[in-house]
Amino acid sequence: MSEAQAPGLPLNRDEALAWLRQMQLIRRFEEASAQAYSAGKIRGFLHLYIGEEACAVGTLRALQPDDAIVSHYREHGHALARGVPARAIMAEMFAKAEGCSRGRGGSMHLFDASRRFYGGNAIVAGGLPLALGLALADQMMRRPRVTTAIFGDGAVAEGEFHESLNLATLWKLPVLFVCENNLYAMGTALQRHEAQVNLAARASSYGLPAESVDGMDVLAVAGAVRRAAAAIRSGGGPAFLELRTYRFRAHSMYDPELYRDKREVEQWKLRDPIILFIQWMREAGLLSTGDLERLEREVEAEVSDALDFAEAGTLEPVEDLTRDVYTPREARDAPR
Amino acid sequence: MPPGERKAMVRMTYREAVRAAVREALHRDPRVFLMGEDVGAYGGCYAVSKGCLAEFGAERVRDTPLCESAFVGAGIGAAMGGMRPIVEIMTVNFGLLALDQIVNNAATLRHMSGGQLSVPVVIRLATGAGRQVAAQHSHSFEGWFAHIPGIKILAPATVEDARGMLWSALQEPDPVLIFEHAMLYAMEGELPEDAGAVEISHAAIRRPGRDVSLITYGGSLHKTLAAAELLAREGIEAEVVDLRTLRPLDDETILGSVTRTRRAVLVDEGWRSGSLSAELSARIMESAFYELDAPVQRVCTAEVPIPYPKHLEDAALPQPESIAAAARRTLGERHG
Amino acid sequence: MAEFRMPSLGADMEAGTLVEWRVRPGDTVKRGDIVALVETQKGIIEVELFESGTLQELLVKPGEKVPVGAVLALVRAEGEAVAPSVAAPAQPPAPPSATPPTPAPSVGAPPSARPETGVAPPAPSAHRPRASPAARSAAARLGVDLARVSGTGPGGAISLEDVERAARAEAPPAPPSAPPLPSPEARRAGMRQAIAAAMARSKREIPHYYLDTRIDLERARAWLREQNERLPVAERMLPLVLFLKAVALATRQFPELNGLWEGGAFRPSRAVHLGVVISLRQGGLMVPALHDVTEKPLGTLMRELSDLIQRARRGALRSSELADSTLTVTSLGEPGADRVLGVIFPPQVAIVGFGSVRELPWVVEGRCVPRPLVTASLSADHRVSDGHRGAAFLARVERLLQEPEKL
Repeated sequence: MSEAQAPGLPLNRDEALAWLRQMQLIRRFEEASAQAYSAGKIRGFLHLYIGEEACAVGTLRALQPDDAIVSHYREHGHALARGVPARAIMAEMFAKAEGCSRGRGGSMHLFDASRRFYGGNAIVAGGLPLALGLALADQMMRRPRVTTAIFGDGAVAEGEFHESLNLATLWKLPVLFVCENNLYAMGTALQRHEAQVNLAARASSYGLPAESVDGMDVLAVAGAVRRAAAAIRSGGGPAFLELRTYRFRAHSMYDPELYRDKREVEQWKLRDPIILFIQWMREAGLLSTGDLERLEREVEAEVSDALDFAEAGTLEPVEDLTRDVYTPREARDAPR
Repeated sequence: MPPGERKAMVRMTYREAVRAAVREALHRDPRVFLMGEDVGAYGGCYAVSKGCLAEFGAERVRDTPLCESAFVGAGIGAAMGGMRPIVEIMTVNFGLLALDQIVNNAATLRHMSGGQLSVPVVIRLATGAGRQVAAQHSHSFEGWFAHIPGIKILAPATVEDARGMLWSALQEPDPVLIFEHAMLYAMEGELPEDAGAVEISHAAIRRPGRDVSLITYGGSLHKTLAAAELLAREGIEAEVVDLRTLRPLDDETILGSVTRTRRAVLVDEGWRSGSLSAELSARIMESAFYELDAPVQRVCTAEVPIPYPKHLEDAALPQPESIAAAARRTLGERHG
Repeated sequence: MAEFRMPSLGADMEAGTLVEWRVRPGDTVKRGDIVALVETQKGIIEVELFESGTLQELLVKPGEKVPVGAVLALVRAEGEAVAPSVAAPAQPPAPPSATPPTPAPSVGAPPSARPETGVAPPAPSAHRPRASPAARSAAARLGVDLARVSGTGPGGAISLEDVERAARAEAPPAPPSAPPLPSPEARRAGMRQAIAAAMARSKREIPHYYLDTRIDLERARAWLREQNERLPVAERMLPLVLFLKAVALATRQFPELNGLWEGGAFRPSRAVHLGVVISLRQGGLMVPALHDVTEKPLGTLMRELSDLIQRARRGALRSSELADSTLTVTSLGEPGADRVLGVIFPPQVAIVGFGSVRELPWVVEGRCVPRPLVTASLSADHRVSDGHRGAAFLARVERLLQEPEKL
């Protein structure tokens, strides 16, 4: 992080433009995904991240490249913010062998081991214990890494959430629990699924630091994650962050949104994280004339390229159907 | 074996053999650690890890809270993170609380990630009935787990396999579940002093015979051997096949034996409906139908939650007499 | 219970290979039914049954080679006592919805011990022996008929061991698998061998004497032409059919020429079954019989002769047609020989030959006129008949041919 050029500001111009670009990329990518889904190019479940971009960019930008990420099934934004190429993600959703999971996972199971991006977990809270284990390995190998588990508010009701917070705190595991609270567990509003809607208060009962953050403010998210990660990295044990956010689109493509008021959605759109960040950049003098148009063009081109790449991708031959159920012999014999 | 080649033999219990295997693994590989409920200070519910905490310390012999999902998931995550965890689930009955992690994560991550991830975790579970601990502590669910592609299932039935299977399992790049029958822990057997790893791909013929194949595994092996002894007194030479590996099944040995004897009795402590024995029976029909001289017989646990009274528990489980009776049914008038 | 045995289809046939059953146990069969195909050195032959009744059991499997005389099947005669449960119901047939008939107990008592938790096995079907899959596949491989194997397996089912025991006991040289049918070359070689054996035996054992005589066919030919003009083309008669009838009728007065030499003695035959030598296009010959020639009108004989020739060339002769000739007739007129002095087919005692019918000068009432002439010859067994009788026989044939309308 460089604050040298602008004392008092958390970002310099290049960084701010990069963050903005990434948020816009996520937005355009999700819009293109919805279109591709409607055209039948993407199948299965498709959960869009529009409205929550500040959470992904703020969180991922504040972490180190060798930190591990375990995400949930609304994870396109996390993968993009982690640097997984848009091409590989789109191809994955097009079920092509060039996808980041060779087409075997689809929208909900994006993986990139080289970027320590461990999915893409479609069982709510199911990824949390994995994050514990990744962190345990780091702890036992004395590696100063942080594993971040990202999950939604729905996960807080799951036993695995509570088991994991307890065990992580007990063992002082280097885990950052990031709860993207978008107020709905699918269609069930927070107050209808949690007895205690103050999630940070709930988490803190396990004895770990817990904080609530404005999830529409990328700077607030990044700041909170950076602080928490630093504490974890220095051996302070796990931490919990609640990012208060909102998804502007339906839960999935096949959701008539019977459970929430359109006016509520419109209210939240007034706090669109991209608009908020642009406003901040303007006020901070980090945005020049033509920047937005240029970013828009770049992002448009990148998404268009991803669609072309996915379209041109290849379908895996059916003969390979049972591939990668077990480690093949040749891979086993190689030194691990 | 000529007397000159006889190695020095030592007597030990199955429990001691497992412990020797755990200790060997902890000594040989710094990535190995043991975790589970009461594996440390208590010394293991079945005293398998007695003394290990003192020998290896609390970091490598880790007592967990009662949170099967979290610590099994942590084992999976740690395996992805480069460790070689041995996760002990006190009994398979509690293993049900970790089904999500085993089925949705351990078994799928390699495939869902398009082959990017390996999960070299070993999970040990006690299994089986026979101690009057009633319906919630007497399950035999190894057949359920053997249903799942992506994991391997072992069932050591002898002291030698108890001693040797763990190290081999730790060399596997994919998840391995080892089911140790609770009634076997006290069983004594002789082992060469330098006994070590055993191969884990093949079934074993524990007693050769030409009249009928008795196919079994785990805790039922010894009842089946006793049945073979009963049959021998009547002039029936039963062959006893110990499956050892329940997934993947060693079709060659199983079908080879059935082809020789033309009769099969499947002994499985699981319930009969939808059981491992049903799978075995189907494979025999599919591949050895024209070799058969009698309908395949099954000796399974009665379809009842295991009752507490001893006489009823005994009646519910496969016993030497019921196994021998099933063998006689396959032999017809010769021995009917 | 009647036994249907591997027929002797030729003097030198020692064994036959069952190729195919045309019937199944339980079938109603009647005398004369074709029930099987048997491969002999001479070819594949349709084998007929000589008993009427119900086919009880097949004892030989396709592919199995058994000696002549081996029992191939058991036939329960009409009215013969049967196992009660398979007996025809005394009541009128039950409506379709009624309870199915009780299975025959003979196919296996119900299992003495069923799996305690198992589902009751379906009742075995009455016509299907209860046998294990291994037993069934071995039975097919070894040519063992499961119907004659008693089972020692669960519920009396036939086991692999039972089949193997049966195969050892009952089919001594049982081949490990059904032998493939011989190639045409091999069949021709086999036929040649059979002819060689028969003819050598004939010349070795039978003291032949030979006679011949010329016969004027003017009247026979005119009568035949007249008859044929009234007949559809398909039913027109050949001179051979006249010869056959004449020869057959002639034997009535010369019984020493019609019959078989068996066991060192001649046994005359009342019926006249004339063996007709049929040369095959690809070489070799067969001698099927026209049965009861004396009893049949010429038209019938002609139809039967045509049928016989066609089937002989197709390789579809019946066993009895090859086995039971009492006297043989050979005609070599077609290829153009004037005279044939035949070799007797043992155990017959005579063979009558006819050469070509030729227009030749013939003296009638002192005048030389062209007449259609044929040379009829007789080769006969001197152990049974003498030249004098033989000559009289030929003269009788000649006279019969002068009155074709009486044939």
